[in-house]
Amino acid sequence: MRASANASRRDFLKVSAAVGGGFALELAVPGLARAQGGSGGAEVNAWVVIRPNDTVVIRVARSEMGQGNFTGLPMLVAEELECEWNRVRAEYAPPHEHLRRNRVWGSMATGGSRSTRDSHEYLRKAGATAREMLIAAAAQQWRVPASECRAASSVITHQRSGRRLRFGQVAEAASKLPPPKDVKLKDPSEWKLIGKSQRRLDTPEKVTGKPVFGVDVRFPGLLHASIAQSPVFKGKVKAVDGAAARGMRGVVDVVQLDGAVAVVADNWWRANQALKALKIEWDEGPNGNVTSASIKAFVRTGLTDPDARVGRRQGDVEQGLAAAAKTVEAEYYAPFLNHATMEPMNCTAWVRGDRVEIWVPTQNGEAALATAASAAGVSERSVEVHKTHLGGGFGRRGFQDYVRQAVHISKAVGKPVKLMWSREEDMQHGFYRPVTATRMKAGLDAQGRLVALHMRVASQSILANVRPQDIKDGLDRHALGGLIDSPYAVPNELLEFAMRNTHVPVGFWRTVFHTQNPFFRESFIDEVAHAAGRDPYEFRRELLASSPRNLGVLDAVAKAAGWGSPLPAGVHRGIAVQDSHGSWAATVIELAVSAKGEVTVRRVVSAINPGHVVNPDGCVAQVQSCVVYGLTAAFYGECTVKNGRVEQSNFHDYRMMLIGDMPKVEAVFVPTGDFWGGMGEPPQASIAPALANAIFAATGKRIRELPLKNHGFSIA
Amino acid sequence: MITLNINGRAHKLDVEPEMPLLWALRDELGLMGTKYGCGIALCGACTVHVDGEPVHSCSMPVSAVAGKRVVTIEGVSPRGLHPVQRAWIEHQVPQCGYCQSGQIMAAVALLRKKPRPTDADIDVAMTNICRCGTYARIRTAIHAVAKPAKA
Repeated sequence: MRASANASRRDFLKVSAAVGGGFALELAVPGLARAQGGSGGAEVNAWVVIRPNDTVVIRVARSEMGQGNFTGLPMLVAEELECEWNRVRAEYAPPHEHLRRNRVWGSMATGGSRSTRDSHEYLRKAGATAREMLIAAAAQQWRVPASECRAASSVITHQRSGRRLRFGQVAEAASKLPPPKDVKLKDPSEWKLIGKSQRRLDTPEKVTGKPVFGVDVRFPGLLHASIAQSPVFKGKVKAVDGAAARGMRGVVDVVQLDGAVAVVADNWWRANQALKALKIEWDEGPNGNVTSASIKAFVRTGLTDPDARVGRRQGDVEQGLAAAAKTVEAEYYAPFLNHATMEPMNCTAWVRGDRVEIWVPTQNGEAALATAASAAGVSERSVEVHKTHLGGGFGRRGFQDYVRQAVHISKAVGKPVKLMWSREEDMQHGFYRPVTATRMKAGLDAQGRLVALHMRVASQSILANVRPQDIKDGLDRHALGGLIDSPYAVPNELLEFAMRNTHVPVGFWRTVFHTQNPFFRESFIDEVAHAAGRDPYEFRRELLASSPRNLGVLDAVAKAAGWGSPLPAGVHRGIAVQDSHGSWAATVIELAVSAKGEVTVRRVVSAINPGHVVNPDGCVAQVQSCVVYGLTAAFYGECTVKNGRVEQSNFHDYRMMLIGDMPKVEAVFVPTGDFWGGMGEPPQASIAPALANAIFAATGKRIRELPLKNHGFSIA
Repeated sequence: MITLNINGRAHKLDVEPEMPLLWALRDELGLMGTKYGCGIALCGACTVHVDGEPVHSCSMPVSAVAGKRVVTIEGVSPRGLHPVQRAWIEHQVPQCGYCQSGQIMAAVALLRKKPRPTDADIDVAMTNICRCGTYARIRTAIHAVAKPAKA
């Protein structure tokens, strides 16, 4: 154990200095980096370590799961630090150091597209503070006022004398100075890095196969585990016959867990082969007969439940509908979805007495630490968490179920164990996007204006499991995202909610409720526009007259897509707008549909206002990413339930878009600079409705239930 | 004992003949660049070259590759970066990066067979799954490699 906070900080500095290119070395050979001692990097503050050769190591508290945090967040620090960008390296701030240092790195949670928008200010301040300390150290050495010195390109210059010192020459002295209390941040007009495309810091190693993902953790003596969890959610293990498995080559142990059995062996394939040889009798509990049909029937009871909660009310919707010249009514439904990260769930754990070490690809290092401590029954101060790269996250790795399992398994066998789920386990034991049913009724006046809108949502609640305290009197506002804050100005409006929780675990699936709800809202608005005989873009424009950010992206996407301009025969457009996760976005999709239902998506145009565009090329990548994620789900995504379990098991029956399915994507950024929004999720929100609306335009067929494959459509 | 020729070196392995090549590479030899994604020869994360052909190592027993030349991402370019890897950097392809070893191995094999692949060639050869949606950049990077060097 460490003696004091200071000692801990010193040890950590040594590790930081020794690991060189990041965390990879420390991971590959745990303990080694710690033992090697330091080569002299100076921690100017918690975020910034500078080596004598001017290399700047910037600590990253949030996880890198593909979205570009390992580049975008360091850019924010480096902007104010005034260091040369090509000298910057990124490394994870370790969760255990975070705990010991009183949460100096702020939130480590990586989700909700929050990394940039929640931390941009303290990251820029960290850079500015470090810069001022470096300047002060140089000024002290020169015995001149700091106000006469400037920092630029990793060099401090005394302007009158022209004397210069490199950051690496003063970092050690700077690290001993008190940090300034108030630092002034640059005006955006002075930014040199932010807003200009920078190459990702993690790309060079990602083309060589060298980065360490969770599954790649490796050290002498490490064993491998494969796991079988109760196929019916919430089921238990009744009995296990592990005799045959125990006799198989390489098998070390069979470990029974709560609702699961794991086999530990000297090679993952051997563990998995032995797992298949287990005879497990499951206690399925009361859910063994549940099917997709029974779930849908149950969820739909929420559409007529007289005990629904009011999420939003304006005017008198009943009167508005009664007085309407025309009404439109429709019911919508969205299925469970699996995240299907390319890297299956995994965690490496080593429980030694009251000491626990884990290596894990997680979206939440602090939660992983707390889970490991509770699973091992030790204090949180006895746990070390080494974060690895994440082979995708999309919300799934905000849950730490695999951490708990790995710790239990290591504790049971008394050895370090890497637990990796098979793809089949990963597909059938997710935290799925919740099923949701919605019924909507709209009233139009004689002029075709939307005067009344009644929305009833029946949905499974994510918060009911993860943050029940945020549900007030049965109302889960989170489940109403995109509806409860709908920007459309409608004089008479009522939004109601009925919670319908099934036995299937649900969680945050990229863009979360801002995927189903925009599909409902924006498809229905399209229906209403059609019923009013109005152009769907113009119809939305009028309703958004007092919502400038929504109107801004809607106009931008219409302009970029050439809305209203002639199209080749058979080609049609759909449009949708939806803000989410702090940003505003709108999409136009251009497509053609063959007689067989094969859809050729010719063009996806996406307009985004994220406030600030930190790394433009990285933001383009996120738009491309959201298009693929959204189109895959809209065309093919569906986890069905039979006999209480998810039926899909692998990519053969949970189909993915491939390169040949990839449409042309045009990202149009219209940042207004007056706020900081998210980027990893917002572009997905309007994808499914824009697609469904374009299909309606092409075929006259209104899609009210996803996925499209169930209506005879596929990607051409 | 099975002798495997991996990245130009002979490795003697005491493993079951039916062990998939992927698990011999990863858990016996410590070559971690080749990834597990599906285990059923579908997603392509485990793609390696066997005698120059792209192969799903998750479903290829080691006994089937004895005496053949196996090349993994670690051996795809013994000196410096392969042009495909350089194009991957130039066009900033990877996001999470997990599938990229397999993508690169598939692209290298494609370009060896068809130095100027058409979009249709790419669609047929590149069946690797990428959940991050790097497909557009993969296509651009492959075409960039195929372009003749400017005089």
